[in-house]
Amino acid sequence: MSLTLEEVRHVASLARLSLSAEEETLMRTQLSAILDAVAELSQVDTSAVEPTSHAAGEVAPWRPDEVRPSFPPEKALGNAPAEVGTSFAVPRIIE
Amino acid sequence: MSVADFQPVIGLEVHAQLLTRSKIFCGCSTEFGARPNAHTCAVCLGMPGALPVLNEKVVEYAVRVGRALECRINPVSIWARKNYFYPDLPKGYQISQYDQPLCEHGGLEIDGEDGPRRIRILRIHLEEDAGKNVHDPGGGDSLVDLNRSGVPLVEIVSEPDLRSSSEAAEYLKALRDVLVYLGVNDGNLEEGSFRCDANVSVMRKGSTQYGTRVELKNINSFRFVQKAIDYEIGRQVELIESGGKVTLETRLFDPVRGETRSMRSKEEAHDYRYFPEPDLPPLRIPAGFVERIERELPELPRAKLHRFTASYGLPAYDAKILVGDRPLADLFEQVQAVYRGPAKKLSNWFLGELLRLMKEEVREVGALRFSPAQFAALLQMVDSGELSNNAAKDVFAEMFRTGRDPREIAQEKGLLQTQDTGAVGAAVDAVLAANPGEVEKYRAGKKQVFGFLVGQVMKAMKGKGNPALVNAALKTKLGD
Amino acid sequence: MGPTDLSMLELGRKLGSGELSSVEAVRACLARVDRLDGRVKAFLRVDREGALAQAEAADRRRTKGKRAGPLDGVPVGLKDLFLTEGLPTTAGSRSLESFVAPYDGTAVKLLRAAGTPILGKLNMDEFAMGSSTENSAFFPTRNPWNLETSPGGSSGGSAAAVAARMVFGALGTDTGGSIRQPAALTGTVGLKPTYGRVSRFGVVAFASSLDQVGPMTRDVPDCAALLQTIAVYDPADSTSAPVKAPDYLAEIEGGVKGMKLGLPREYLELPGMDPEVRAAVEAATRALEKMGAQLVPVSLPHTKYALATYYLIAPAEASSNLARYDGVRYGLRVEGKNLLAMYGRTRDQGFGLEVKRRIMLGTYALSAGYYDAYYLKAQKVRTLIKQDFVDAFRTVDAVISPTSPTAAFRIGEKVSDPLAMYLNDVFTLPCNLAGLPGLSLPCGLTRGNLPIGLQILGKPWDEARVLRIARAFEREHDFHRRSPPLGAA
Ligand SMILES: [Mg+2]
Ligand SMILES: [Zn+2]
Repeated sequence: MSLTLEEVRHVASLARLSLSAEEETLMRTQLSAILDAVAELSQVDTSAVEPTSHAAGEVAPWRPDEVRPSFPPEKALGNAPAEVGTSFAVPRIIE
Repeated sequence: MSVADFQPVIGLEVHAQLLTRSKIFCGCSTEFGARPNAHTCAVCLGMPGALPVLNEKVVEYAVRVGRALECRINPVSIWARKNYFYPDLPKGYQISQYDQPLCEHGGLEIDGEDGPRRIRILRIHLEEDAGKNVHDPGGGDSLVDLNRSGVPLVEIVSEPDLRSSSEAAEYLKALRDVLVYLGVNDGNLEEGSFRCDANVSVMRKGSTQYGTRVELKNINSFRFVQKAIDYEIGRQVELIESGGKVTLETRLFDPVRGETRSMRSKEEAHDYRYFPEPDLPPLRIPAGFVERIERELPELPRAKLHRFTASYGLPAYDAKILVGDRPLADLFEQVQAVYRGPAKKLSNWFLGELLRLMKEEVREVGALRFSPAQFAALLQMVDSGELSNNAAKDVFAEMFRTGRDPREIAQEKGLLQTQDTGAVGAAVDAVLAANPGEVEKYRAGKKQVFGFLVGQVMKAMKGKGNPALVNAALKTKLGD
Repeated sequence: MGPTDLSMLELGRKLGSGELSSVEAVRACLARVDRLDGRVKAFLRVDREGALAQAEAADRRRTKGKRAGPLDGVPVGLKDLFLTEGLPTTAGSRSLESFVAPYDGTAVKLLRAAGTPILGKLNMDEFAMGSSTENSAFFPTRNPWNLETSPGGSSGGSAAAVAARMVFGALGTDTGGSIRQPAALTGTVGLKPTYGRVSRFGVVAFASSLDQVGPMTRDVPDCAALLQTIAVYDPADSTSAPVKAPDYLAEIEGGVKGMKLGLPREYLELPGMDPEVRAAVEAATRALEKMGAQLVPVSLPHTKYALATYYLIAPAEASSNLARYDGVRYGLRVEGKNLLAMYGRTRDQGFGLEVKRRIMLGTYALSAGYYDAYYLKAQKVRTLIKQDFVDAFRTVDAVISPTSPTAAFRIGEKVSDPLAMYLNDVFTLPCNLAGLPGLSLPCGLTRGNLPIGLQILGKPWDEARVLRIARAFEREHDFHRRSPPLGAA
């Protein structure tokens, strides 16, 4: 399974990673090798097998609809890279 | 060829906020209007290490919606992550449902263009809302407020069963009425607690092959639903007519210009990479849960409408207005239960005086100051002749304003018509004695004089004469 | 013999009797950190004042006769992905270099309630992705047994700190072997509990359906005692199981007589297995047999697919779990000309190469057109791997294997070859896929004087039996008492 550079770029853009040209090439080689290695799964007959997405936890708890204290602003925004008032600030979003 | 040669095919996706006190996966308040980020915690900020725990009320409300819309409730449904990046989406994914939603295969009856129609509902699933990005009009940064992040939503997806923009609007209204009746949503499109996206396509009449659909976003008022869809139908037909092709895309409705426009072409096509949410085991509905909720379901708007026309004998117009507001309909029934007079008469009061004053002053039924019994007593006073219709309106206005007893108000204002037959008799005697000529004329067959005599008696009684009693007494004394 | 040579429980007893104070214990640890950590580099942050203040509080509790439990006053360390309020929590990543957690995770709260002073935060592979601690964004940690070699990973800092006696015990996390493999490589005891036994709330997530918190200690009774402290049902973690933990120390000395121990034939046949490791593990199984256990060959036929399965599921979940490091609310932000540029640069500079590799792999495995062939397929094979264990546990009480195919390897040796590095986890990750408890304890030394680990896998919720088997072996051997040559005196 060999990935094209375009595929690498597409996946990187889905993941919001701006890779350098070097990284793109490296990823292409390494991901291709890993995908080759994991391709062995296609040998396993899973036609009658249900997927397992949770290791355990058959019954999840439900919590009562009660309001709990939220963070004070110094906790909510304490790590914010940029803020205006009590809002997080980001580069302007253009629709 | 024109729009008339094409058949529009429309499906709606409605996101409705569930009216819980706390968010779907954390204990933060869902209250509207707080300072930005005042209602946030580790979970709804997407802090490292934070994990979701489901609010039980959300399940209850969603099952209510599901059953009211005749859906099958899946005993096991799966939480899924919908992955995409946006500043208002703190975890980089939305917890939603995908492969196996909570509710499937329901329907909602609406008044279609050719009579009642059942619009099929494909699915209803649960998900969390995102936060809000505010774009500084001055062109500075965008600001992120995560108070809405984690507010519980149901997404209700219809089949593409709607055939015109007016049907779409009808469906949307009917759906909103149901949700409001269930007490799970406030039906407020403007504040965003009830939001609608539309999938619109057109095909040539007679064809069975659906055209390429376009998703319309940002339809945040009932007025716009019809406008947006009509614009889009026109656009698609024109495109096809001129030899073009409709492309699968998302378009935004611009209410100012009344048109839809393509959302700036994305860097890449949407690829949400849905997969089962590992932090939440499947949602399992315990035995008996659905049955309990079903037992507690209130009467739904359409059933109430039928009952109001059938058992109260109300015209459809009246019934629709009353049923359109569940508390108003409840109040109507409470007053009627005490009043027991003609329902249409009560309905006239509701549609007339009550709604008029509610528009001017209080607005909500819950905030009314008078009791159903007081309202009923007022009507009874009119029926028994103690109050004239006009005087009753004055009394009602005062009762509406103060919540005071109608009889007390009428007495104080001197509007009560006397029930004292002795006083009426004396007044009649006096009038007859003072107008011998007129009595003569009457007895000679000039029956029009009767009205004059009634007027004289009323004048003598300073308006407090009960017209029925005055009439009766006059007739007796004149020997009729 | 100084205080740091004591086990957690031994120190706890001396603290209880007043023979030693917690402040003395913390000072002894800090002295060792000062002397050794410049070379080992296990700590990302030492919280001297915090630990001393907690020790003083523990000592006050004792004088008032209000000890919080057997570990009250015993200093511990935390892998740096446990959120600690007011202290930096980096997960070994540039992206969280400046992140100060606004809350304590559940396991941390439980430790605080048990009275254990928290000495500091320990190095790890970035976001727990790695088997050597070389993927830490800050520096690699070295194995106290041989500073040229790796302590394993991803909980390498925790393992090295425990092995070098800089802390009495530590917490790690294990997603594919990240507690057991470093325990094996450093001659310590590490346990990955049953999935759902310990809360994950307040632990930086790598792969949510595989991650599990566990104890790392010098011997088996300490492991039981530390597990006891954290094995508490947590309603804040929907995957935490409402299963009450038994008294882990109660039956730990019960021995293995009559127990059936499964030897999976596929494990010993795996290529890349070091003959010294194989010999040590075979000797260990014979020793257990001598103690009265019955050795039963079992088959785990799908085990050979575990590596491929794991390297699809874990990166897929990670690609989603790490989406939150976007520079908006916390952590690193690298400004760009617009939002997309800010995202791309923040994440490119915030993450190291291995993390990016796994995000790429996971994103690919989940993306349109590949989901069924990769992610869904892996989930189905996971079912078969899980079923293999269910079948094996019909006939045996536990499964025995090596923890890692080799002893400690040299730093730099595998770092450029991801596939070679991934092979380290070949024995440990089936247990994560199946959600089972697994423990590693020292069972030998190579000729080069490097520790070898023995892995014991149990049935779900059967940590008590796993600990009992480990204790039986440990009682008759002294591998756990050997300390690394470094700073022995
Ligand atoms: Mg949605
Ligand atoms: Zn919250």
